Amino acid sequence: MYEQITRNKLKSVFLVLFFVAFVFLLVWVFEEVTGWGKGGFVLALIISLAMTVGGYYYSDKIVLAISHARPVTREEYPYLYHTVEGLAIAAGVPSPHCYVIDDTAPNAFATGRNPKNAVICVTTGLLQKMNRLELEGVIAHEMSHIKYYDVLLQTVAVVMVGIVALLSDWMLRSFWWGGGRRRSRERSGGNAGAILLLVGIVLAILSPLIAQLIQLAISRRREFLADASGAMLTRYPAGLASALRKIAADPEPLEVANKATAHLYIVNPLKNVGGKVNKLFSTHPPIEERIAALEKMSFDKT
Amino acid sequence: MGGMVVLLIIIGLLILIGIGIYNSLIVFRNRCDNAWAQVDVQLRRRYDLIPNLVETVKGYAKHEREVFEKVTEARTKAISAQTVKEQGEAENMLTGALKSLFAVVENYPELKANQNFLMLQEELAGTESKIAYARQFYNDMVMKFNMKQQVFPSSIIARMFSFKEKDYFEIEEPAAREPVKVSF
Repeated sequence: MYEQITRNKLKSVFLVLFFVAFVFLLVWVFEEVTGWGKGGFVLALIISLAMTVGGYYYSDKIVLAISHARPVTREEYPYLYHTVEGLAIAAGVPSPHCYVIDDTAPNAFATGRNPKNAVICVTTGLLQKMNRLELEGVIAHEMSHIKYYDVLLQTVAVVMVGIVALLSDWMLRSFWWGGGRRRSRERSGGNAGAILLLVGIVLAILSPLIAQLIQLAISRRREFLADASGAMLTRYPAGLASALRKIAADPEPLEVANKATAHLYIVNPLKNVGGKVNKLFSTHPPIEERIAALEKMSFDKT
Repeated sequence: MGGMVVLLIIIGLLILIGIGIYNSLIVFRNRCDNAWAQVDVQLRRRYDLIPNLVETVKGYAKHEREVFEKVTEARTKAISAQTVKEQGEAENMLTGALKSLFAVVENYPELKANQNFLMLQEELAGTESKIAYARQFYNDMVMKFNMKQQVFPSSIIARMFSFKEKDYFEIEEPAAREPVKVSF
């Protein structure tokens, strides 16, 4: 259990650093090729931040509105409240607010910009179809997302994807219009300039895709981490494993889910088709791998 | 002259690192104390629920005086316990008394269906879970604190300033470790 948590944390740090390095590489190429200097990067950062920050600050309200979630009181759902509060104590975070979606498809998500403004939402289907141990496992997973600031991390990743998209777009345009002062090129000589130009073009076309893939890889790694630390909270990985199996086997699609919110849910509510390429573009790891990881914890007994 | 400066810088850095380690030891110790206090919060919640529970049951089962007395006595003992040992013993007594109370309830089907009673039962069960989670969190904090005192280099600072390791919360009574036997 501890090993999996540490490994997942390290892997996500590695992914984020790799992403940052990739962005710097892009910025450097951008500078060289268009001659705009750091101004381009700063502008892209500002635009991307502006587009994303509002979403981050109001992430809870926006997502809850899109998902038609309603706030519930302790009197309506005492068992849900007790479970959430208990796990919040175990995680050492303030207790999140509880919301419910009226849908028979079992699923859950957590959102909120930090642990103080956190929200956990479950479907009525989840409450009906899971037993106590499974429900605790699911809520523990969501609590871990809150504890590890995953909403913040995803927002940062999205901002970086935005920067990459903007910079590559501008680079491509600068080639098209033949613009940019290429003073440095004239000095260093023809060949190096041509190679750099080629690299620039390739990067400009591929970067948005690469950035997206990195962001999705980060998302999947954080899902593994949430599974592992959720199991830590309950000290019972089999509960979550059983819940995942049940949710995956449930054929019903979640009506309120769409591509914008799908990544938040514990199991991807859009029942996608399988396939190797699809795995790379998925926000969640395949359920079999998640269950296998949880079952390994039970045998390790650590 | 140059060597002297380098030496001073190194010493300065070491002192800064030492301060950092010392502070984090203080932080970890405070987290342990806080976690322990939080367990008390949940225990208090449990004590507060009990009078209500007893009153609700009394409304249907006036004659079961013995059970009510046992529960009330155990609760008073638990609230007034001074040492950890005393509290542990009182807690065990209280758990036993509550078990008897719920066993009595089995004989009164109207009581079992009573909304108030059901809510109290759920509250009590929730509080029991929270006590367990709070104790688990306390143990997690203790593990981090103790580990920090054992690993190098923080072990040096810990020993220098006489930090003491904390005890895990453990069950005193071996009987409490036995699996619960449910017989019909």
